[in-house]
Amino acid sequence: MDFSDFYETFFEEAEELLADMERHLLELDLEAPDPEQLNAIFRAAHSIKGGAGTFGFDVLQQTTHLFENLLDHTRRGELTLRRDIVDTFLETKDMLNDQLDAYRQGAEPDPEAFARICKVLQQIALDEMGQDLDGGAPAAGAATPAPEAAPEPEASPEAESAPLAAAEGANLVVALLGVGDKDRELLIEELGHLGEIKGQDGDGQRYEVSLATASGRDEIEAVMCFIVEPEQLEIREVDASASQPEPVPATVPQAEAAAPQAEAAAPQAEAAAPQAEAAAEASQPASPAAPAAKPKPAAPAKSAAKGGESTSIRVPVNKVDQIINLVGELIITQSMLDQTVSELDNVSNGALVNGMSLLQRNARDLQESVMSIRMVPMDYVFSRFPRLVRDLAKKLDKDVELVTEGESTELDKSLTERIIDPLTHLVRNSLDHGIESPEAREAAGKPATGRLTLSAQHQGGNILIEVIDDGAGLNRDKLLAKARENGLAVSDAMSDDEVWQLIFAPGFSTAKEVSDVSGRGVGMDVVKRNIQEMGGHVEILSRPGQGTTTRIVLPLTLAILDGMSIKVGEEVFILPLSAVLESLQPRQEDLYAMAGDDVVLKVRDEYLPVVAVHQALDVTGACTEPTQCIAVIVQGEGRRYALLVDDLLGQQQVVVKNLETNYRKVPGVSAATILGDGSVALILDIAGLHRLSQGKQQAAHDQRRQAPSPYLPQPEKEVEPS
Amino acid sequence: MSEMNVANVAAVDADSREFLVFSLGEEEYAIDILKVQEIRGYENVTRIANAPDFIKGVTNLRGVIVPIVDLRIKFHLDKVEYGGQTVVIVVNVGQRVVGIVVDGVSDVMTLTPEQIKPAPEFGVTLSADFLSGLGSLEDRMLVLVDIDKLLTSEEMALVESVKE
Repeated sequence: MDFSDFYETFFEEAEELLADMERHLLELDLEAPDPEQLNAIFRAAHSIKGGAGTFGFDVLQQTTHLFENLLDHTRRGELTLRRDIVDTFLETKDMLNDQLDAYRQGAEPDPEAFARICKVLQQIALDEMGQDLDGGAPAAGAATPAPEAAPEPEASPEAESAPLAAAEGANLVVALLGVGDKDRELLIEELGHLGEIKGQDGDGQRYEVSLATASGRDEIEAVMCFIVEPEQLEIREVDASASQPEPVPATVPQAEAAAPQAEAAAPQAEAAAPQAEAAAEASQPASPAAPAAKPKPAAPAKSAAKGGESTSIRVPVNKVDQIINLVGELIITQSMLDQTVSELDNVSNGALVNGMSLLQRNARDLQESVMSIRMVPMDYVFSRFPRLVRDLAKKLDKDVELVTEGESTELDKSLTERIIDPLTHLVRNSLDHGIESPEAREAAGKPATGRLTLSAQHQGGNILIEVIDDGAGLNRDKLLAKARENGLAVSDAMSDDEVWQLIFAPGFSTAKEVSDVSGRGVGMDVVKRNIQEMGGHVEILSRPGQGTTTRIVLPLTLAILDGMSIKVGEEVFILPLSAVLESLQPRQEDLYAMAGDDVVLKVRDEYLPVVAVHQALDVTGACTEPTQCIAVIVQGEGRRYALLVDDLLGQQQVVVKNLETNYRKVPGVSAATILGDGSVALILDIAGLHRLSQGKQQAAHDQRRQAPSPYLPQPEKEVEPS
Repeated sequence: MSEMNVANVAAVDADSREFLVFSLGEEEYAIDILKVQEIRGYENVTRIANAPDFIKGVTNLRGVIVPIVDLRIKFHLDKVEYGGQTVVIVVNVGQRVVGIVVDGVSDVMTLTPEQIKPAPEFGVTLSADFLSGLGSLEDRMLVLVDIDKLLTSEEMALVESVKE
């Protein structure tokens, strides 16, 4: 059987498991580790090991094997966790990630790293428990026959019967149908890890293993399915007595079944008989309420965990994009039909009109649902920061507490992927430059532990992501000095906001020393550029001694946009609604000409550069007299402009289509969309439009300079020094 | 066109290739038929500002935004009219889809290697680089255009040049 088709599934699953593992490791309370978490970590390592073994990823398998053994000791309380051990575990997890990546690229993992991590893990085992790991595994097996049952936290009298009963008899019979010898051995070994094998018999066609385990059938299935197809597996409970620690809900009715019935059901009667008796005995001393009460707390947690697995499916992004595209088409067709229908007589075509409005509602709902497929919670992004902050704080000898807020805020998946790098950069900056050392903090009268907050929230059609630290804040004087050093034009009269913006200048770093964390001077400008490319912007708020807040504002999705359609001449353009602030009819007295051809419009004591869209985009037949046009006040790249347009047509949600797929980037245009009539409309890029119009004016100006017109007696005088 | 196809099938041998023949003014040009995605009418083209004049704009091809290039303008033809007969050939070039405006599409021809003559060094408007040869067919001459090279060339300004 060729497994290569399943590699990708394994890699993805393993990656998820590792991420889970990391999360649990970070959340572990060292004083009183939650047994459920220890179990989860162990299970993750175990599942990866199983898969790695199946696909022949030896190094990965061996590493996880060692790791798993250590984890096994940990969850049985034989190994006391310390911070440095958790660090090693995290390191191991990273190593596993590296190995996984190596296999993914078809390469062998770094053998030196492998040897080193093995040694480290062995060392822990030797130091902490005085035993060798390789020898430790079987020994451990003998010491506690039913490892899965042990970690149950509720060590109440009735629960104590659980490990006993599980140890005495098998409760599951796993039948392997048509599984080859080699796979069978592997499977039996796997089953051995999940519980205790009580007996095995059969042939290649049907091989049965009776097993005493605390694992649910789903868990066993999940592990086995790395090796065999689900159809090749048949699992049934032999005796799901009440003493079983974690009965799945489905087994509850069976739990009441009498022992003889259980016996009859089990082909391996030798194994089943004593076990059934033991089970019956075990449940007797317990109070009658106990068996019924026991499964209840366990069951919801279990089913919730399983619910997460079985209710989600993995779909390639391009399939989702295709659906989104098709739905976009459907919406366009629907609005085309709508236009046609609206011209019909309402009375005689009542049914059709009703049908159309129903279709419209359904189509919109469909579009919304489809778009929501692409949305993922910010937790996806935030979850990688606890580790980063922990490692970095340790490296920098700082005490930092990370707080995340709004993890459930949803964002388009393509954006979440692109926001990770800028956000990582900002977090590093905050830790390195923002939050002071514990001593400095105490001297400043602040708690020694710094606080770094990552928050996300929706604000209109945007998402607001903030990185907040309570550190020293930006140093105005230092920034200005540095800017002068770099030859930037600055003055002491600049407002704080303008000074903060300096850190986005290329090659700007205020770190006293270049560390390997940050301070190489590349970065903030890249952060800004990346975020602008995503259609967002960055703001910085800082107060000396109180900290710095970096705020990223991003559109929720790149795929649809709330737009305002405008008309210039006979052409229709779309403005992103988020950029539009207001619109007004300019009055002559509010228009001021500036040097050259620049015109500014005074709006409530603010002078805004006027951008004539018809001029920037060469539209003929448009209104050219500013007082006859409509001025739309828009915001782009942190600045405001007044766009002169002929008419406002209305608001609509548009599906954003990339122009660059088949064409190229067009100055002044960010993308295109398809209107209700099937024609294409361009979505304007405000800052680009301004640059375009300036370029045009400059060109016109230059032309006039070369050929001085008699009506402009001394044009040279008006030319700004260049 | 299918009838012509059938007629040509007889002449097909292993090395011959099929070409879509189109007219620009009085001249006949041909492109590799495997590059052609579809043929449609010229309608609903949205102008793109500040683009070269031969780029007519973009159109909506079933949800895909496709640039439209008028080869007649590119080749400096005297008469450029848009009417019911104006045809857009939608071609696949690399990963891109581009529409080219021509005066008309006449037929599909099969040319054997012997019928394809090397292109002479041409004048200014159409560099020999963009030609894969000349097809001679009895009394007709077909200019075989290497549509890949032509449309991805810098002077077509369809593709972002590396320098930018």
